[in-house]
Amino acid sequence: MKSTLKLIGASTAASVIAMSAAAQDPVSLTIVSWGGAYTASQVRAYHEPWMEMNPHVTIINDDGSANALASLRAQSQAGNVTWDLVDMLPSDAQLACDEGIILQIDHDEMLAPAPDGTPASEDFLPGSLGECFIPQIVYSTVLTFRPDAFADDNQPSSIADLFDVENFPGRRALQDRPGTNLEWALYADGVDPDDIYDVLSTPEGVDRAFDKLDTIKDHIVFWTEGAQAPQLLADGEVAFATGYNGRMFDAIEVEGMNAEIIWDGQVVEWDGWVVPADGPNVEVVLDYLYFATDTQRLADQAKFISYGPARASSAPLVSTHADLGIDMNPHMPTAPENYFAPIILDNDFWVDYGDELRERFANWMLQ
Amino acid sequence: MAQADASMMGAGQGPARAEKLVTSDGTPLKRALERAERQRKLVALGLVTPLLVFLLTVFVWPIAQMMWLSVKNDQIVSAIPRTLDELRTWDGRDLPGENVFAALHADFMEDLERPRREQTTGPMGIRLNYELSAARSAVSRTSRAVAGFEAPYKEAFTDAHRLWGDPALWRIIKREGRPLTLSYYVAALDREYADDGSIVQRDERRRIYVPLFGRTLYLSVVITTMTFLLGFPIAYYMSILPMRQANLLMICVLLPFWTSLLVRTSAWIVLLQQQGVINSGLVGLGLIDDGNRISMIYNQTGTIIAMTHILLPFMVLPLYSVMRTIPPSYMRAAKSLGATPSTAFRRVYFPQTLPGIGAGGVLVFIISIGYYITPALVGGQSGRMISNEIARHIQQSLNWGLAAALGTLLLAGVLILYWLYNRLVGTDSLKFG
Repeated sequence: MKSTLKLIGASTAASVIAMSAAAQDPVSLTIVSWGGAYTASQVRAYHEPWMEMNPHVTIINDDGSANALASLRAQSQAGNVTWDLVDMLPSDAQLACDEGIILQIDHDEMLAPAPDGTPASEDFLPGSLGECFIPQIVYSTVLTFRPDAFADDNQPSSIADLFDVENFPGRRALQDRPGTNLEWALYADGVDPDDIYDVLSTPEGVDRAFDKLDTIKDHIVFWTEGAQAPQLLADGEVAFATGYNGRMFDAIEVEGMNAEIIWDGQVVEWDGWVVPADGPNVEVVLDYLYFATDTQRLADQAKFISYGPARASSAPLVSTHADLGIDMNPHMPTAPENYFAPIILDNDFWVDYGDELRERFANWMLQ
Repeated sequence: MAQADASMMGAGQGPARAEKLVTSDGTPLKRALERAERQRKLVALGLVTPLLVFLLTVFVWPIAQMMWLSVKNDQIVSAIPRTLDELRTWDGRDLPGENVFAALHADFMEDLERPRREQTTGPMGIRLNYELSAARSAVSRTSRAVAGFEAPYKEAFTDAHRLWGDPALWRIIKREGRPLTLSYYVAALDREYADDGSIVQRDERRRIYVPLFGRTLYLSVVITTMTFLLGFPIAYYMSILPMRQANLLMICVLLPFWTSLLVRTSAWIVLLQQQGVINSGLVGLGLIDDGNRISMIYNQTGTIIAMTHILLPFMVLPLYSVMRTIPPSYMRAAKSLGATPSTAFRRVYFPQTLPGIGAGGVLVFIISIGYYITPALVGGQSGRMISNEIARHIQQSLNWGLAAALGTLLLAGVLILYWLYNRLVGTDSLKFG
């Protein structure tokens, strides 16, 4: 899709006051993200407060994250890097880092410590920081179902139920890629969440996962774009759908869709920032990052979308939804009552085995 | 023969023997003509130059670049030159000796000292991972820990990542440690290297591109046939109508041609989807029941319907322009000589439309073989074509070498088909309008 450019200007009054105070040259930052509700949450939680403090800066939003790695590569090869900051998945960030097209991050140097002085490298959730990657949120892929598709005394409650077409008939909407699906197939087949990637890195383990998927193959509808999953559920085309927890939250709480989330086996992943090397305004961007990834800002983002902040110190600050006024804590993937059987997505595994498994999965879908 | 020679010499010497022809200002006619000719050529060249430069920069150059990418293979050579030197004497069976591991250590150490942008182990890991899953992390993890390694290096490396103890990885390093490679083409043809270096077919569950090439050809043939079956009667009807009505009909044919591609494709989605107009209509009429709605989109049917519609004008226009020039008197003459209408059509009319059919067929076929956007939108999984796979490798898997190899194969396929067509039918018989 063509990226939509949206210009956000700081309020004139604020800029006049600040201009006279600081009188800096105007700068415009191009920040690339996923668009939709997600970009909107970043605009309200990060961009707007920061632009108020730095009126000489204008932020331009570009919805290019879906193909960000390819674009970054092309920009870098052409020697004309136009992006300042990119929102990316950690596996892509790792590849970009290996290629040397994004900045290495010294987390304690470049990021704010927690309010109690804990350095950033200890405050961010364990395993979330990457060599070139600054996490913002924890999101998860969850299973969602329509309660009205099943009898009241026979409601699904686990990933195993997704693979049980006898007791829970109906079509299932799964994403058209191997990630999450293979993990769930093994989990439903009795593999412990901690062992899933060990099993999946053996050829027998891959066969086992595909065999399990075969059992529901005739009942699967595949979706591609994040928005399709809640749509399929809302239209009644499917009884189960997998999807991103933020979109499902939006569909259920904001749009009033009749559906419920099953938190069992939620596949948890990070999402965050990378800084293109040779970007036009690296210094300004680092200044922005210091602000936008501090404890309060990460907690603020959860007011607008149900993704969990990546800092431990942000969790107690998560409050209510900015428009609905409901408490956001129970909707976070990391809330204790939801986090009972998480599968932590292993990015190293997917960087290593992704190509091979994607090919096999594509073939499996066709057969 | 001798006579011909003599007459040619005679012709050549004729003007020389006669008095030189000159123009009014005294220059020899020949030179004046040459000058005028040269000027004409320069003007022509000047007029063509912008287009020529444009084509070279935006068409020929990128295609050459793409072809280069499909064989370019400098990632390993530039990362570990010493190791490759030592590997030259390795027999390819058991693990290489300590000398190779020591060289690898030296190569990695040198790489660590380079600035981040110029480090070569990252690209090398990504390159190796195309051949062997998990090779990327073998390289990236060890290349960062290498400063702490001590002799014997063989042990240090195999402890750091299990793949370093796997001769398969070393065979790949040795095989791909050359500046040019064929491995992208090997992969694009669903083949792989066996342990002994021979090229074998892949496991059946991993064959993907050859069937996809086959399906792309099949879909293109079906779409070309469909446009012909639908386009021929329309074009014929237009050609026998009076000009004014024919023009009206022509506008009807062209109208969808002028509508945005995305609008037309979305319109088909509205019509064909499970909850769409056609299905709901059939359910409303009681022809099918609600549980058995027909799936006409997000599969091959969707691709065929939408693409036939989109490419129809490319068939109708050349057909019409050819049919318009066929004099109606030929058919009348055939009938007056006793042919039945069907014989007259078959033996007199139809053969004259062949140049139009050829042109329309080649146009539609070549456009549809590389078509991308419509199959991506309405093709689902079974209606995908090879171009969608190329796009995936460019945008998502980022394996540009493989994408380039697939693209080059597609290009070669089109050129071969065009060459075949030329041999069988002859391109000079094409008539585009």
